[in-house]
Amino acid sequence: MSLRLFELMLWAAGYTVVISAISIVIGLGIGLLVCAAKLSPNRLLSLPATLFISFFRGVPLLVQLLLIYNLLPAVGISVPSVVAAVVGLSLCTAAYQAENLRGGFNSVPKGLLEAADMVGLTPWQQLKRIRAPIAFRLTLPALVNEAILILKASSLISVVGVIELTRMAQNLAASTYKPLLFYSVAGALYLVICWTVAGGGALAERMARVGRA
Amino acid sequence: MSDTAPLAPRASTAETPEADAAVLVRGVTKRFGDTEVLAGIDLKVPTGATTCLIGPSGSGKSTLLRCIAFLEEATTGTIEIHGDPLGFAEAPDGGRTRLSPQSIRAVRSRIGMVFQQFNLWPHMTALGNVCEALVTVRRMRRSEAEEHGMAQLSRVGLANRAKHYPSELSGGQQQRVAIARALALDPEVMLFDEPTASLDPELTGEVLNVMRDLAGSGMTLLVVTHEIGFAATVGQRIAFLDHGRLLLDGTPREVFGEPRHPRLAQFLETYLDRGAAALV
Repeated sequence: MSLRLFELMLWAAGYTVVISAISIVIGLGIGLLVCAAKLSPNRLLSLPATLFISFFRGVPLLVQLLLIYNLLPAVGISVPSVVAAVVGLSLCTAAYQAENLRGGFNSVPKGLLEAADMVGLTPWQQLKRIRAPIAFRLTLPALVNEAILILKASSLISVVGVIELTRMAQNLAASTYKPLLFYSVAGALYLVICWTVAGGGALAERMARVGRA
Repeated sequence: MSDTAPLAPRASTAETPEADAAVLVRGVTKRFGDTEVLAGIDLKVPTGATTCLIGPSGSGKSTLLRCIAFLEEATTGTIEIHGDPLGFAEAPDGGRTRLSPQSIRAVRSRIGMVFQQFNLWPHMTALGNVCEALVTVRRMRRSEAEEHGMAQLSRVGLANRAKHYPSELSGGQQQRVAIARALALDPEVMLFDEPTASLDPELTGEVLNVMRDLAGSGMTLLVVTHEIGFAATVGQRIAFLDHGRLLLDGTPREVFGEPRHPRLAQFLETYLDRGAAALV
């Protein structure tokens, strides 16, 4: 493989990382909102959240991407394919992250909140100072897991015409007749990215103390 | 009082005027579904003394303490902390009206609560746990709060553990931090819910010693405990609960002395090997 072609692969890997990272961050934001809605006692909020989660967890990501890619132009919104890809990945990961966060919030021991009640923290102060920080720490391993899943699932956005790592490998394999080489390089690059994320996650978990709550 | 019949509930020798009651429990019942856990409790916790709430498992003592702290809502009845209603106020028509969250927080902040499971916030250091409400609720400056917090940790002998996280402390140390956290707000009453029940036997002593010091300093303590030895030696009042009823309420001499109520005698039998042999 020439240096020029390897550079192209690296560039595509960077593209995969950037798109995945943006999707995970947007997904975390939407996931937080969906989680809050789902935890709400108000059915007008919790029911749409439940529907959102069941749709985006129940329909394959590939189908979601094709739907969004074709739906947006159909309702008169013309967007670059990369935007459609980010929207698809974000909404999909938002559904999973909402459920992870809900699990985190529900796992905060009740006694910790009773202790907060007894020293006079308001519900909002409890959320800010006790519930959210602990829920986030409890959710961290699942969040890292989700980040890795999205990094790998981002290979699917090649179907809507985004040239990321997998699509680049496909293109180069086709034009050079060396599929084994380019798919091996793509696989190795995915592996390196995921190891890095996992390592960063492990470091973050060590830094965020949870203790023996 | 010495001529009271053995089966009759003993009242206290010196009736405390209601104004002196740190905690006043009036007609509190508590039902969980069909189960009646508290069957009408009236209790005055005198100011400046240690009251121990004892009784068999399932007798309702923890539920009573949690009702006093309004962590459980009593099905009927009212709680007063130094004359101020907590949670519910008696309405003129004899019913109850629920008080505002602000009122509940205000009265609650005058109570310190220590839990069986410590309930320290695991993401904060010992000092962080103690200072949290000082900064968030009392709006103290961080430096001022830490100074005050360190004083509380010194009081429970843990100044040298201020920067440790709960997971780095032994159970006994965690419970002492929890006591310091409650003390930091200068409570008028300290409630203890079986504070040593989840500790290894060799760690209960350090917690009981801290409580003994607090009792000696003239603070008002209400302690739910299985440590009968502690109750008998530190408690100035003993309340014995059985099947959700306050069976006995008096000084240790009145409650533990002869003639002894048969239910209490039966209960104490189970403590023969737990340090209360001298009493039985």
